[in-house]
Amino acid sequence: MSPKISIQQVGKVFGEGSHRVEALKDVSLDIADNEFVTFVGASGCGKSTLLRIIGGLEYHTAGEVLANGQPVMGPGADRAMVFQHYSLYPWLRVMENIKFSRRLRHGRENLTSAEVEAASGRADALLSLMGLNAATHAWPNELSGGMQQRVAIARALMGRPEILLMDEPFGALDAQTREVMHDLILHVHRLEKPTLAFVTHDVEEAIYLADRVVLMAPRPGRIDTIYQVPLPAEREQDMKHTPEFLRLKKEILARIRETSGMETDQNMLDQLNMQEAI
Amino acid sequence: MPSRPGARPRRPGMWAIRGPLSSRQYWLFAALGLLAPLGLWWVVSSGATVDKVFLPGPVDVFNRLIKWYAEDDLLSDMGISIYRVTTGFLVSAVIALPLGLLIGTFRPVQAVLEPLTDFIRYMPAVAFIPLVMLWVGIEESSKIAIIFIGTFFQMVLMMAEDVRRVPLAQIEAAQTMGATRGESVKLVIFQSAKPALLDTLRVTMGWAWTYLVVAELVAANSGLGYSILKAQRFLQTDKIFVGILLIGLIGLVMDQLFRLAHRKAFPWLHLRS
Repeated sequence: MSPKISIQQVGKVFGEGSHRVEALKDVSLDIADNEFVTFVGASGCGKSTLLRIIGGLEYHTAGEVLANGQPVMGPGADRAMVFQHYSLYPWLRVMENIKFSRRLRHGRENLTSAEVEAASGRADALLSLMGLNAATHAWPNELSGGMQQRVAIARALMGRPEILLMDEPFGALDAQTREVMHDLILHVHRLEKPTLAFVTHDVEEAIYLADRVVLMAPRPGRIDTIYQVPLPAEREQDMKHTPEFLRLKKEILARIRETSGMETDQNMLDQLNMQEAI
Repeated sequence: MPSRPGARPRRPGMWAIRGPLSSRQYWLFAALGLLAPLGLWWVVSSGATVDKVFLPGPVDVFNRLIKWYAEDDLLSDMGISIYRVTTGFLVSAVIALPLGLLIGTFRPVQAVLEPLTDFIRYMPAVAFIPLVMLWVGIEESSKIAIIFIGTFFQMVLMMAEDVRRVPLAQIEAAQTMGATRGESVKLVIFQSAKPALLDTLRVTMGWAWTYLVVAELVAANSGLGYSILKAQRFLQTDKIFVGILLIGLIGLVMDQLFRLAHRKAFPWLHLRS
């Protein structure tokens, strides 16, 4: 079966001349239908840029990206995206936010009345799925950060995207809320069966959620290692304490440190300490 | 001082840094802030040595207000001034709004219009009076034109900035839901910028009023600004006071109306206090 997302020798260069930065170089990766792939790596490794290229929000300067076998030419409803924050519409109540795509021509065209009715039912179902029933008529800025992200996810799912892209969606949440969101997104993944590409800086999160963890390295941004997660498909919080999980976490963290260029920082730190000693 | 067992920290007083102020206290201080200058004015002006032409007292000013209302048709002066300010302001707003939206959304439009607008806005509106008289004439439209010149260029730049402040994530979220460029502008950028745009209108309305007196320099024979200028010629200092205070008062009322509209139109921004 052909991959859902196919990234072929993708490169991305920002700026020109002395400002030229090679954000991505020769990145190739296939993501299968309904797969859950997480991206981790030191800052500057281009993981967010890669996700944005798949979403069509950034253009690549080399190679090719295929989604559903079609070259990515720009953003589209088949690839919904969830951002870290500031993406909800504060002037719309929760339900109206979720139904936002219904206001778009693309969401209205060629619909039978049965489909329109089904859409209303879907909005209600998503509201329940995300545990938002009590917040249906609330304004987004009345909600906690965790609840706001639930709305953002529900809104992204509304148009039944086959691919869901998430850019550090839980990065601003506290640890407890994040755990709840992890199990929620796994549930959504099982139920709605989207192909999921998920960028994070939290290695534990990356392992717990994913079928595969893609570790990227900076300067130039590239794929360093791909880890198959050795856990059963049904995840439970307790698995975070199993030896396999801890071993993989340790291995990935060590590799991120190795690829981050932090050795030079350590040298600088030593120098500073010496100066202080004098 | 050693702390006693059971001692609790007290509620911070109003003089704590960013301390609390109950609404009763707020109005008390606000009244103080308004009445103190009035009292000071009254005391200074009632001193025997102060000439009424130099500084009329509150009572003189009030009497002049009554006289102006009864004998010199104050209401039509106010009406014509409000008409000029509002028209100049509305013409500005109607043109500035789409331009600000375009400048804040499309970089080429920004590159063409923003440096130009920046340049023009530093030109003093007052200095345009001879040109306005030459080109627009001395009819009502010339007064409106001066108010337009004084407010429009600032308004465009501020509105463009309001539009630019719309979070990129809001726009990109719409794009990944299948929004076209037009839909992104109409359903996201404009909607998101609306509260800031209304605030910009409120602020620039104040500027429109400051250009009223300048506008009524141009061959006017009515209006609050014109009356102030005429009173100067006849040394009617009390009438100058009435005119200035009325302009301030009308401005204050309009400002409050804008704030009320903001609360009504954008309830999600006024959920607490």
